[in-house]
Amino acid sequence: MAATSSLSEQKQQEMLLKERRANNAWHKFVRNKSALVGFIMIVLVLLIAIFGPMLLKTDPAQMDLLNTYAKPGSPGHILGTDANGRDLLARLIHGARVSFIVAVGGMAVGAVIGILIGLVAGYCGGAVDAVFMRFMDGMSAFPFTLLALMLMTVLGGGVANVILAIGIASVPGYARMTRGQVLIVKNEEYIKAVKALGAGNPRILFRHLLPNVVSELIVYATLNVASAILTEASLSFLGMGITPPDVSWGSILQEGQECIQTASHVATFSGLCILVTVLGFNLFGDGIRDVLDPKMKK
Amino acid sequence: MSDKDIILKVDHLTKTFKIKSSRLFGQPSFLNAVNDVSFEVRCGETVGIIGESGCGKSTLGKSLLRLIEPTSGDVIYNGQSLMGKSRKEMNELRQEINMIFQDPYSSLDPRMTTGAIIEEPMKIHNIGTPQERKKKVDSLLKMVGLDYYHAIRYPHEFSGGQRQRINIARALAMNVKLLVCDEPVSALDVSVQAQVLNLLKKLKDELGLTYIFISHDLSVVKYISDRIIIMYLGRIVEMGESEEIYQNPAHPYTKALFSAIPPVSPFEQKDITELKGEIPSPLNMPKGCPFYNRCVHATPKCQEAVPALHDIGPDHKVACVMYDQNNK
Amino acid sequence: MSDKPLLQVKDLKTHFFTASGVAKAVDGVTFSLDSGQTLGIVGESGSGKSVTSNSIMRLLPKNGRIVGGEILFEDKDIAKLKISDMLDIRGKDISMIFQDPMTALDPVFTIGSQIMEVINAHQKLSKKEARDYAIKVLGMVGIPDPEKRLKSYPHEFSGGMRQRVIIAMAIACHPKLIIADEPTTALDVTVQAQVLNLLKDLQKETGTAIILVTHNLGVVWRMCDSVMVMYAGKTVEYTDVRTLYSNPRHPYTWGLLKSMPKITDDPNVPLASIPGTPPDLKLTGGSCNFHNRCKYCQKICMQESPQMKEVEPGHFVACHFSKEELEKIGGSIDE
Repeated sequence: MAATSSLSEQKQQEMLLKERRANNAWHKFVRNKSALVGFIMIVLVLLIAIFGPMLLKTDPAQMDLLNTYAKPGSPGHILGTDANGRDLLARLIHGARVSFIVAVGGMAVGAVIGILIGLVAGYCGGAVDAVFMRFMDGMSAFPFTLLALMLMTVLGGGVANVILAIGIASVPGYARMTRGQVLIVKNEEYIKAVKALGAGNPRILFRHLLPNVVSELIVYATLNVASAILTEASLSFLGMGITPPDVSWGSILQEGQECIQTASHVATFSGLCILVTVLGFNLFGDGIRDVLDPKMKK
Repeated sequence: MSDKDIILKVDHLTKTFKIKSSRLFGQPSFLNAVNDVSFEVRCGETVGIIGESGCGKSTLGKSLLRLIEPTSGDVIYNGQSLMGKSRKEMNELRQEINMIFQDPYSSLDPRMTTGAIIEEPMKIHNIGTPQERKKKVDSLLKMVGLDYYHAIRYPHEFSGGQRQRINIARALAMNVKLLVCDEPVSALDVSVQAQVLNLLKKLKDELGLTYIFISHDLSVVKYISDRIIIMYLGRIVEMGESEEIYQNPAHPYTKALFSAIPPVSPFEQKDITELKGEIPSPLNMPKGCPFYNRCVHATPKCQEAVPALHDIGPDHKVACVMYDQNNK
Repeated sequence: MSDKPLLQVKDLKTHFFTASGVAKAVDGVTFSLDSGQTLGIVGESGSGKSVTSNSIMRLLPKNGRIVGGEILFEDKDIAKLKISDMLDIRGKDISMIFQDPMTALDPVFTIGSQIMEVINAHQKLSKKEARDYAIKVLGMVGIPDPEKRLKSYPHEFSGGMRQRVIIAMAIACHPKLIIADEPTTALDVTVQAQVLNLLKDLQKETGTAIILVTHNLGVVWRMCDSVMVMYAGKTVEYTDVRTLYSNPRHPYTWGLLKSMPKITDDPNVPLASIPGTPPDLKLTGGSCNFHNRCKYCQKICMQESPQMKEVEPGHFVACHFSKEELEKIGGSIDE
């Protein structure tokens, strides 16, 4: 740093520009390979979910009972067919939409509510903390799927309610995670320093605590995408989630599980779809965490 | 001195922490971190507070800004009692009373650029337009000896000394009158420490600031302070003009502290009045004088009551029975 | 100095290999030490003083390697020793005292078992003998009622007492050399004096050599016979303490000596300080490391790294210019 002071004005300006660029979030994002790869994977799935059904004319509900469990590569069915002779490719493409919405929606609902509760509980402490967290503990006493199931019985079927149910069921996880991080960060001296400057609580919560706890949460959230997709599958299987003729990857996987010995391709391809999406989110989340961290420059 | 000059008056300030018992339903114990402390700070002077770890000097510093709520007593700033202020009024007042923290590594939000950090107090208090604030940030950076291009860098890219400069710049962003410096140079290297001390002194003269300077380093405090307060186990044991205390330390603890300072040259041979033992835990405070069990001059009388501060010279007070005229 | 010093470090180089380049943490350190003597290593944070002591103990992280130079301990080059052979030396011949007494002890074991572990690692003693010996060592470092204290856990001790326990562990096997890395930095002033006196007394009794790594020159004046000043990985000056104080020759040493606030200072005179900050250790080399902060900097300082020269017997300085030349260039040190 001392060396820079001896450089000419012009050089300094150049360095400044360079540094601005290095700090720019977009540039950091582009240079971050894992974030970029993850992002591309997510965009691909998204594109398929939006435009796939328009391009592919095969009806996913069209049964061909003479041609059940066709192997991948059979004529007219690139990925084969399922127990009812429905085209697997068409079903996967149609299922992408529901799965994607449920996964992202569930994650968003859970994260927003959970992080808010965690922030407030961790920051306020005392009675507020005790009440919120005991309630969260109570919720997490139920298995995730069971909790979602219970919520579904109250809320009724439909995609929106599936999202809400999955979201609410994942709140305790986010809340606990956030609270734990907040408890660490809130005792840092910089929080005391901004208090000493006269900052109010909202500012401390959202300008200082949130950015400093968010990186761990991003990774947690991306992992949650997977469980959201799978929970939706269980719900569908139990007749509480997506009802036929709507399809989702989870429901296809569920069906494939039953015939995994005779026709493994059903489970394999639907599983692969979920894997790619989850991996995409995970890489993206990992990368975003690094991009948001000012210490990661290269 | 007239009352007008007094910017801060600390009146019988006490902070007691309640320590929960480790046993269920056990009796909680009480820790008197700051115990009946009173002193005055005059406008434009630097008051140094010295003590070893656990003597309550940091708690005292934070209590002055009500970052820690005192248990009893009062702090009077420019004639107005801080204890009666609402949270909002207190936040307003923090434009004038501010604090610099010890650890330059943890006192800056790692996710904000230097510019945003320095601008923040102005944003909190809605001062100026964005352009004006930016200009002010540039001038503040210059004032503390950094360059304008440092504004876009993040705290981790700076050395300890530079970070402490950022801390100072942030504290000066508003119309600060009184600055509480909590061990601002303890974490810094000697040569950098000197830079920061010089900067603090320069800013004080230029901006007419008043400092309360908390440190465990006697040499540093002696250098920067006009008056010194020496604390032991939450109480003031001696206070007075810094030169006077250095020349004529009265309290046995002060004497021991001065003798424990490492020598200034290898040729210096000094007798060290080595203190017995260590500071007792503030949880089981000895009865009477807090220094009783380590003091070489201890008499049974010391155990009877906590000695009060007595004048032993112009502006020089000490809390020790040896100097209590009534006892002689 | 006698013919055969206990420890001789010659042009030691320890580099750290990181993703963003090679950090020359120690880049040319030379000194020697006799039995019963105390050497102070002084420098700012990042000057490589701790890395030097860790190199002697061979306690370097995975990405740190000794890339050059010799560490002759009793004529054996321990820089090239296998780590397994090093284990015999650590704790027995050379032991170490760490900076933070709060974290240097394992919180889940009693003080007694931790001391006995050290004793048993290098000596064959029965359980009873080891226990008696542990009690004796604890008594030596001034722990009251050592027999009872054996069963205590570290958290039951205060900072000063823990540092005494750590010193007890360090002297347990009669080491020939003790490396103390900032042993009193984390302690209060009055306790600091106690611990330093203890170290000095123990040295008189046992005749070990001590390397005292510190940033506090006052501690050096009190404790050391000779002193090595480090800056950005290099030895800049190495001599006995009295010479260093009365006749410092390197501009960095001048700055260091003058910027230390002294209790006798006049508050109205600004403290001398060295402007700027130390260089990035990944970029050093090819020039004098101090050139960008030195007010006497000349062309040659930016082009060549100065060699260590013996300017008078036992007084080594790494500067291109002599004191007289420097004074001609930039005036006396007092300006």
